[in-house]
Amino acid sequence: MTDQLLYATETALNGLMTGVMYSLVALGFVLIYKSSGVFNYAQGVLALFAALTLVGIQKGQVPFAHLINAMTGGHLESFPWQVPALLAILLTAGVMVIMAIIIEKLVLKHLVNQAPIILFMATIGLAYFLEGFGDVMWGADIKTLDVGLPQGINETIETVTGDLFGYGFFIDNLDLVATLVAVLLVTALTIFSQYSKQGRALRAVADDHQAALSVGISLRFIWILVWSIAGFVALVAGIMWGSKSGVQFSLSLIALKALPVLMLGGFTSIPGAIVGGLIIGMGEKLFEFWIGPLIGGATENWFAYVLALIFLVFRPQGLFGEKIIERV
Amino acid sequence: MKDMVEGYTTPDGRQIGGVLMELKNITLRFGGVVAIKDISFDIREGEIRAIIGPNGAGKSSMLNVISGFYVPTEGEVWFHGQKRPAMRPYQVARLGIARTFQNIALFDGMSVLDNIMTGRLTLMKSGLLSQAMWWGSAAAEENEHREKVEKIIDFLEIQNIRKTPVGRLPYGLKKRVELARALAAEPKILLLDEPMAGMNVEEKEDMCRFILDVNDEFGTTTVLIEHDMGVVMDLSDRVVVMDYGRKIGDGPPDEVRNNQDVIDAYLGVAHD
Repeated sequence: MTDQLLYATETALNGLMTGVMYSLVALGFVLIYKSSGVFNYAQGVLALFAALTLVGIQKGQVPFAHLINAMTGGHLESFPWQVPALLAILLTAGVMVIMAIIIEKLVLKHLVNQAPIILFMATIGLAYFLEGFGDVMWGADIKTLDVGLPQGINETIETVTGDLFGYGFFIDNLDLVATLVAVLLVTALTIFSQYSKQGRALRAVADDHQAALSVGISLRFIWILVWSIAGFVALVAGIMWGSKSGVQFSLSLIALKALPVLMLGGFTSIPGAIVGGLIIGMGEKLFEFWIGPLIGGATENWFAYVLALIFLVFRPQGLFGEKIIERV
Repeated sequence: MKDMVEGYTTPDGRQIGGVLMELKNITLRFGGVVAIKDISFDIREGEIRAIIGPNGAGKSSMLNVISGFYVPTEGEVWFHGQKRPAMRPYQVARLGIARTFQNIALFDGMSVLDNIMTGRLTLMKSGLLSQAMWWGSAAAEENEHREKVEKIIDFLEIQNIRKTPVGRLPYGLKKRVELARALAAEPKILLLDEPMAGMNVEEKEDMCRFILDVNDEFGTTTVLIEHDMGVVMDLSDRVVVMDYGRKIGDGPPDEVRNNQDVIDAYLGVAHD
């Protein structure tokens, strides 16, 4: 193999790994969209909030410390303990469930039978609220997240490829873990939504509220369930992104990258979210590698959106989306 | 007809049981509009009970009260000899009251089979955790429900569209799938809101046959709303006639047909 081809292969592999990260965020969108027909603008912020909460709990931060200090003139900062990673993750998952219940009670409950656009607007409001709430609760500084996931170059891969091609590939361990987690998550979610009682109820609610009520499905229970699952997926995405690039408020912007991913994969398909993420991750890296130098670089910022636009023209439902059936 | 506790025997010899549901002095108001005004009637085990009346008489509102979609402003709903507390529609469904809708409410994106399977949600027992993990009884339970659903599919003669997404079906078949979903719940009371609306003659005859067969085969207590007088007279054991939110007649089809108020309402005699 030529050097050029080797570099390209390495770039493609790394692109795939970044793609997995995109997919993790996109998954959360698909879940809520599939089960309630709502595009949840707040999904990215949900991931940010989950990551903030996780770091906060792990490091024993006092929630609302700034607010409390400002009001009482005290100097609270952190509790004198550290929480083990696994326990902190479980506690954060609990917080996400409580969040789901609060969202249902305060927002969704009042919007039964409303048009999807109204619910979409509500999630935009929710996104801004959550971002501010996360800020007040845990502070706006950039935090490092370490839950003990392996990081850095995978030496086995480097040695093996080095022996084979005379050039060792650089693959990050964290990306490998993310891939594994994504595979597990998708398998579990697919089985759940296709074959379980609640999965069927979930799809029913997405389709028709009235009909769902008439077969004995409690909309409120399903919504809490969906938002809990979405919160959990957000937590996973938050852990991965947070471990990779630190927990900072720009994390919520990564959610925007999930949009072209979904246009590619289809808003209603869990496998679509994965494949879409992979195509965009790899596509933008390879494009930057080959075409980038010819046109002055920085193509990664826009490549995904252009690809999504092209898809919108030729296949609006995405690769795996449900075909749009309309009887006239 | 005299003995309201023991039930009665229909002209064609079916035995009708005791009172299953009783509606007592139901009044339903939307702001200043009175949709239902002080209506009482009962529904007996095993009978086909029709509610008829001109457009806007309040028939659908009545069905919505029974199925919990509307909460009556005044009056009580008694079920199994007990006063039913205020309930949400999904809770009423869990009591065994299944319904269809005038404008069809199906899950368009799901297959016919999946649609009918949702009808059995109230009967499924496996908890969230075992379902999610596919543990123990969940798989066996799914198979058991699947068998029951296949029986209903055979019964309603929709085998050849089992895997078709409902959104692609023509109107008449959608109505039949909706009936199948309601039946899948093994309801104690089956509520049909204009099951024959918008159908051609052949489809109407099919639907009539299915309703009669269902009642015959499973003894399902059925309450139906219908416009077509001929259909109602053929199908039902007892008829409630509504006009302008009031009850103007109640009894066997023959008796109701000769009721002067009913004739006036249908022929459009001016109200004084």
